[in-house]
Amino acid sequence: MVIKVEHLTHIYGQGTAFEQYALKDVSFEIPERQFVGLIGHTGSGKSTLIQHLNGLVRPTSGTIRFHETDIYSEGYSLKDLRSKVGLVFQYPEHQLFEIDVFSDVCYGPKNLGLSEDEIKMRAREALKLVGLKEKYWEQSPFELSGGQKRRVAIAGVLAMKPEVLILDEPTAGLDPRGRDEILDQIQVLHESQGMTIILVSHSMEDIAKYADRLMVMNHGEKAFDGTPREVFEHYKELEAMGLAAPQVTYISHALKEYGVPVKEDVTTVEEARDAILKLLGK
Amino acid sequence: MNIIKASKLIYDYIRRDEEEKIEEVDRAIDNLDVEIEKGTFVAILGHNGSGKSTFAKQINGILTPTEGTVWVSDMNTADESSIWEIRKKAGMVFQNPDNQIIGNVVEEDVGFGPENIGIPTADIWKRVDESLEAVGMTAYRYKSPNKLSGGQKQRVAIAGVMAMRPQCIVLDEPTAMLDPNGRKEVIKTVQELNRQEGITVLLITHYMEEVIEADRVIVMDDGKLVMDGTPREVFSRVDELKSYRLDVPQVTELAYELCKAGVDLPKGILSQQEFLDHLLPILEDRRELW
Repeated sequence: MVIKVEHLTHIYGQGTAFEQYALKDVSFEIPERQFVGLIGHTGSGKSTLIQHLNGLVRPTSGTIRFHETDIYSEGYSLKDLRSKVGLVFQYPEHQLFEIDVFSDVCYGPKNLGLSEDEIKMRAREALKLVGLKEKYWEQSPFELSGGQKRRVAIAGVLAMKPEVLILDEPTAGLDPRGRDEILDQIQVLHESQGMTIILVSHSMEDIAKYADRLMVMNHGEKAFDGTPREVFEHYKELEAMGLAAPQVTYISHALKEYGVPVKEDVTTVEEARDAILKLLGK
Repeated sequence: MNIIKASKLIYDYIRRDEEEKIEEVDRAIDNLDVEIEKGTFVAILGHNGSGKSTFAKQINGILTPTEGTVWVSDMNTADESSIWEIRKKAGMVFQNPDNQIIGNVVEEDVGFGPENIGIPTADIWKRVDESLEAVGMTAYRYKSPNKLSGGQKQRVAIAGVMAMRPQCIVLDEPTAMLDPNGRKEVIKTVQELNRQEGITVLLITHYMEEVIEADRVIVMDDGKLVMDGTPREVFSRVDELKSYRLDVPQVTELAYELCKAGVDLPKGILSQQEFLDHLLPILEDRRELW
């Protein structure tokens, strides 16, 4: 297991009038090379949860293990952990600051105390991985489009060569194509580099398309955990949590209710198309 | 009657060096002609950098044309003497609610606009009451905006605009930072303002599901208007939309895919119910196959 979380509880403002459970007894394990989708409405605890995974926030109780070692055991270096568990925040382009794209990506590895050559090599590699063309590397990051800036920010985390990449709504505010491009790139990283991915998203369609596993947070607790197919079966409960299944899942359920023998656990457009065509003998 | 009219509108972002010499000119809007009918709900689509936000900023004079003209209820936005009148007529709501809320208490925030234009106190409170009621936030009037959800904050921002008694609201990706519930909340509020108060709405968004109930959809690309029609007309042209880096709702795409495979469905299906209404009879006809 890369990550193992046991009975994680986090209370904000403990002992004050504003005391509030952000996470309540959350446990799960993430094996290597898994692509995990994490969903939940605003305030469900998902952002607090991911900030625990690289030691940015300390749990009120419970343990977090990285490769079986408790990250708060004596002598454990959280700095090392943070280079191995890369976290891309929401709107990461707000954190760009260097004069050109290349220097910005170098910032992370530079802080790891690597040699100049290694830093540059990593920055080049990372920029290639996110698919940002070389002609932009010498430009100011602030002159780039929204989608390009976001790639630079993701490259900055990739240059740390993390084993686990956590992304908090990496596609918010991007146009549909930009959304697909970023997610396809993450999928490539997952497949070619064997990187473990945790993707926080509000888009059920995206999760259905990319993730092997889906965890749903609700009021600080883990409400569902399974394949997207399994979880979307609970679409009625998801709705009560302010979430929803992909549109095609609703359609397959509705068809079933009308007595059409279609499988219900359809989650993508391609699956739905094939299932309907099969019924029509095409 | 038009509330907004743009004629041969051109807008260039001009970058200058230290000596004020022009370094680079980036044409964001390229010869745009468009008229917006009073009382309509118009959605504007386009990829990042297509010019839609630049256009939105022309409507209340945050930006003024490089060439061409923009009229807001017959006032020219380039005429500085009418800028305050124009801003009263056309209010704007932006993406990030946290950048738009300044009051410590919801009702104060909503009253900020009318207070600035010298409305008598009694009238300010009347406007605050009405605006909070219109967006369904009356119950939160004494709360701190910090304690609200994203969708609630956006509704407060919309109430702040409503308190100026505008004829038109321009919303630039108001739901981009919200979760599905917050998104629904905001869109429903805007639809109600349009239907019940007759406010003209210009909604800029990347979420295709938010567009299907609009009266009209405009697609921008490279600063030009490239598609214009009802949601059904625009969403029936799936390949063209995709060429502009856009998408269609999942159910529209599914219908389109089935169509391509020879299933006899109409183009531009927008809702799940509509899809089922058309597909079920077709399935029924082929009952022997299943």
